[in-house]
Amino acid sequence: MKPARRRLAVLILLCGWAPLAWAQSITERLAPCYSCHGDQGQSFNPDTPSLGAQPSPYLLIQLYMFREKLRNVELMNAAVKGFTDDDLRAFADTLAKLPPPPAATGPADPARLDRGRTLVQQHRCNICHLPDLAGRDNVPRIAGQREDFLVKTMREYKANIRPGYDASMGDVMQPVTDADILDLAYFAARQP
Amino acid sequence: MAAAAGSSTLAPVAPPPLPTAADKLPLDKLKVAQGLKLEVYAAGVPNARTLRLGDKGTVFVSSRVQDKVHALVTKDGKREMKVVASGLHRPNGIALHKGTLYIAELSQISKIDNIEDNLDNPPKPTVILADLPKDEPHGWKYLTVGPDEKLYFQVGAPCNICLPSDRHGRIYRVGIDGKGLEVYAYGIRQIVGMDWHPTLKQLYFSENARDWLSEDIPEDKLNRVTQPGKDHFGYPYCHQGNFTDPELGWGRSCEEFTKPVALVGPHSAALGIKFYTGDGLGNEYRNVLFMARHGSWNRSVKIGGDVVTIRLNDDGTFKSMEPFITGFIQNNNYVGRPVDILPMPDGALLVSDDFNGAVYRVSRK
Repeated sequence: MKPARRRLAVLILLCGWAPLAWAQSITERLAPCYSCHGDQGQSFNPDTPSLGAQPSPYLLIQLYMFREKLRNVELMNAAVKGFTDDDLRAFADTLAKLPPPPAATGPADPARLDRGRTLVQQHRCNICHLPDLAGRDNVPRIAGQREDFLVKTMREYKANIRPGYDASMGDVMQPVTDADILDLAYFAARQP
Repeated sequence: MAAAAGSSTLAPVAPPPLPTAADKLPLDKLKVAQGLKLEVYAAGVPNARTLRLGDKGTVFVSSRVQDKVHALVTKDGKREMKVVASGLHRPNGIALHKGTLYIAELSQISKIDNIEDNLDNPPKPTVILADLPKDEPHGWKYLTVGPDEKLYFQVGAPCNICLPSDRHGRIYRVGIDGKGLEVYAYGIRQIVGMDWHPTLKQLYFSENARDWLSEDIPEDKLNRVTQPGKDHFGYPYCHQGNFTDPELGWGRSCEEFTKPVALVGPHSAALGIKFYTGDGLGNEYRNVLFMARHGSWNRSVKIGGDVVTIRLNDDGTFKSMEPFITGFIQNNNYVGRPVDILPMPDGALLVSDDFNGAVYRVSRK
């Protein structure tokens, strides 16, 4: 299915399902999420993040921001409309238990990996996101995340388009060039 | 206790988006000075930040990472919470003056007249000052009204450490109508607490110093403006009044800049400050300055996470600093984080906690 058509299908699913939410298990309610974010939260969809093994507090913050329209992505704002606080907690906790996405495969350019590794140290990504980039608490997992999504997100932080929950990433991204963004994403996407 | 290698604790601590339920608040962990007690004034106030009091007794609470300003009304002994403004961007700064609520968002200041008469159906805020810088880092503001009935606020440095533009790193003042913007002080990094000395009528403010220099240097500061329009507090060239920046400080001297009143701990995140002129807490608290230290993130062993009392000499210089409420840090983790302080007409002190989304009340036993 083309992305636009898939999104329409997801919206119809979400809208149709909302009144029945009380009768559904969390597993059933998560099913529409997977049509964009991939089975078990392993995304194969351009610009759409993998959700598996993201820290629960980070997921809760994002879900909350979508519900309160503090972060505006139309499809996600619609997806969590009417969610209770407990719904948000249940979704965050369940998604956090899904397996982490596999690292990007295929032949990798060692020079780019080296540059990425150096940049991770230089900009202290490894301090907040931890040395294996698995994230913790309110800091997301970036290891194995989709490369295109990482590039998109870092560019949005740098351009002040995505303000974030607090302003930490806006600060971090200021000195990072676009060439460095590409290398950072290349490296992180290839970490197990 | 040092953090174990490989389990770095060095990351900004985000406040949970959902407030802590009243019965789960860490009251048993919080210790208050002798002869006083601490209780819950209100729970379920998302990301509770700046506290302000209206003439008719309404407590207004701002937020930083959410989009709302709330009002707390006491009715038949019970607290009711109302949303007075929403759809705002980082509405950290609020001030009350002659019945009007002023709101400082990231890049503009707005107002709602007669707010306490319109709590159930408040009109949308009217913008009085627009087009402030839109940078997210240190973009949230503190707002206060001076003895001259003008609004005072800061535009922080848009970074941890950088040479800011000539619009950033300054305290500004502007007329209550949003006209006549002027620079009040230079060389600040970020401020989240200001108050006016009750007799000297000088502006005191807390200032958060840079990160990633070392665990123990520089310290956050308590400053005061003695030369309006002239004082420069050192950023980004000189930190804590005596330490030139390793990159931007070459060729500069700390003697060029206004000295701090007091140093209040490295990374301690000194936020709300308030002079206490009442006597409800006992004579020993008259004219002390209360300061909420939100607590560190850029330090392996956390410090701050408390409310302290600062005593000043008659000339406004520093005399002493002592703990007042402690216990927000347990086993190097936060169970709460104090933000702002509000003395109430009955002499009690309210303290906001943005980590739990709560407001506490301290009073005599």
